[in-house]
Amino acid sequence: MITTSNVTKNYPSGAGNVAALKGVDLTVETGEFVCIMGQSGSGKSTLLTILGGMCHPSAGSVEVDGAAIYSLNDDGLADFRAGHFGFVFQSFHLVPYLTALENVMLPLAPLKMSALEKQQLASDALTRVGLADCAGRLPSRLSGGEQERVAIARAVVNRPAILFADEPTGNLDSATSDQVMGLFAELHQAGQTIVMVTHNPDNGRYAQRTIRLKDGLLDTPDS
Amino acid sequence: MRPYQIALKNLIRRPARMFFLTVALAVGLAAVVALVTLSNSMTADIEHTMDQFGANILITPKSNDLALSYGGISLGRVSFDQRELDPSVLERIRTIKNHQNIAAVAPKVLGAVTLQGKELLLVGVDFAAELRMKPWWRLTGTEPSAADDALLGSNAARVLGVKPGDRLTVGDRSFKVAALLQETGSQDDGLLFVPLAAAQAITAKQGKITLIEVAALCSGCPIGEMVDQIAAVLPDAKVSAIKQVVEGRLQTIGQLKRFSLGMGGVIALIGLLVVFITMMGNVNERKVEIGIFRAIGYRTGHVMGIILLEAGLVGLVAGLAGYLLGLGAAAIALPLLAQSDHPHLLLQWQVALAAIAAVGLVSLLAAVYPARRAGRMDPADALRSL
Repeated sequence: MITTSNVTKNYPSGAGNVAALKGVDLTVETGEFVCIMGQSGSGKSTLLTILGGMCHPSAGSVEVDGAAIYSLNDDGLADFRAGHFGFVFQSFHLVPYLTALENVMLPLAPLKMSALEKQQLASDALTRVGLADCAGRLPSRLSGGEQERVAIARAVVNRPAILFADEPTGNLDSATSDQVMGLFAELHQAGQTIVMVTHNPDNGRYAQRTIRLKDGLLDTPDS
Repeated sequence: MRPYQIALKNLIRRPARMFFLTVALAVGLAAVVALVTLSNSMTADIEHTMDQFGANILITPKSNDLALSYGGISLGRVSFDQRELDPSVLERIRTIKNHQNIAAVAPKVLGAVTLQGKELLLVGVDFAAELRMKPWWRLTGTEPSAADDALLGSNAARVLGVKPGDRLTVGDRSFKVAALLQETGSQDDGLLFVPLAAAQAITAKQGKITLIEVAALCSGCPIGEMVDQIAAVLPDAKVSAIKQVVEGRLQTIGQLKRFSLGMGGVIALIGLLVVFITMMGNVNERKVEIGIFRAIGYRTGHVMGIILLEAGLVGLVAGLAGYLLGLGAAAIALPLLAQSDHPHLLLQWQVALAAIAAVGLVSLLAAVYPARRAGRMDPADALRSL
């Protein structure tokens, strides 16, 4: 479960600070599929990075399963991300010189387990997203939808407690978007907690709950 | 998949960039290795040449002589207290600490004699020791070995009009001219050499020695120390090193060594900057990739390790290639610069190890800041799309 309390985030600007988030109180239950929607500049991506332990808030706190993640040091926070979170990025962000299988194995690289074990887990993840046959291909040899699915496989390979996705269908056509969202729905049905940022209203129908952000504040207070 | 495999794959992905970086480092190192190897090889060559020089330590009786010579013109000596050496000094020389470095000890007795109305300097020698000490002597005739054999310098033979096989009478003794010394360009050309005992008898210096020349092997033996050691066992003798020429050459080599070390420093600095700029560019170019690593839980140390490993591998390959390249260059240049006809390239594992380690270290040092920057990269900043 994620709980935020009065999270604010200010970015320095030429004239002073720009407030991206102005005191967000939010709770995401375990196993929940939450969509964060809002217009560009509303602060939804900032909120996602803060929830995902990648960006320290200017004020407020974030707790994940009872742990105040920003009280951890840099390495502690990295370990927490490795152990609890999975990320799917808008532009897939696959490492271009690694094969699909190697990309999926990336989160396992620093972990102490045998190469065979890592390979097995990555193969399983690729199988889950329907890309078992593409394991040896470089990202440049994959379609946009396939790249997105590899990114999802990479995000879930370490069986994270929470899966964060930032505009996962932003670069996909509608048919491929539906396939990818179907995959998220399957993961959710299997018990995966998912927090997704999107500006596509169609994606909202896959989520249990939609949170709207406007000018750094929850448009509809979380309940 | 391990972090080091990421580093390897990234290096393979950018072969051209990494190749040119490696070549730049290797060429820089090659220049330093070539200079260091050349200076070391030339030092060894000169030391070897010095071994062949013959006498490099001269032992004479202590006296209050003042040489009356200038510019090669000798007007004799003013001697206030002329003495001779006792033959027992020959045994005492062999007792010094570095006695194993003594190649030959050649005692001599000098005296003026008159032959066919001409004054001549008679030198009594131990022919076996003398010939061993002066390998550059070329003889016409047979090697003198008998008690009545004599050896005549080329000028002396010309003036006296003698040839090998002729007989000479010096004082009350008769000698067979066993050989003539071909022109050496030195004072030897005007001398008459006879066995030591005969010369002692002719000059009435029985049991006396005028001077002793010592040939010491110099590779690994400090001539200065040997001089001190001999002086300690021969308190009544004056022991001096004939080392001016060699010291001059060694000084030049020393300058070359210092120059190569200075150049090494400059090249190391340039190499450091080249690696630094390349690795900084590399890190900036891979910002998103590093952001992914950080986002999915790579610690600062993991990311730093990847960058440092890449730099270290480049340094290692450049070190190996640069060392071999430098050796090749030194092998080509050595015959042109060395003193002797057949100089040997000095292959030292210490130089190889130091060269490879130095380039590896320079690469790692240069990559520390870029690696640190990468390792501390904020994933949210790196992944701008988030």
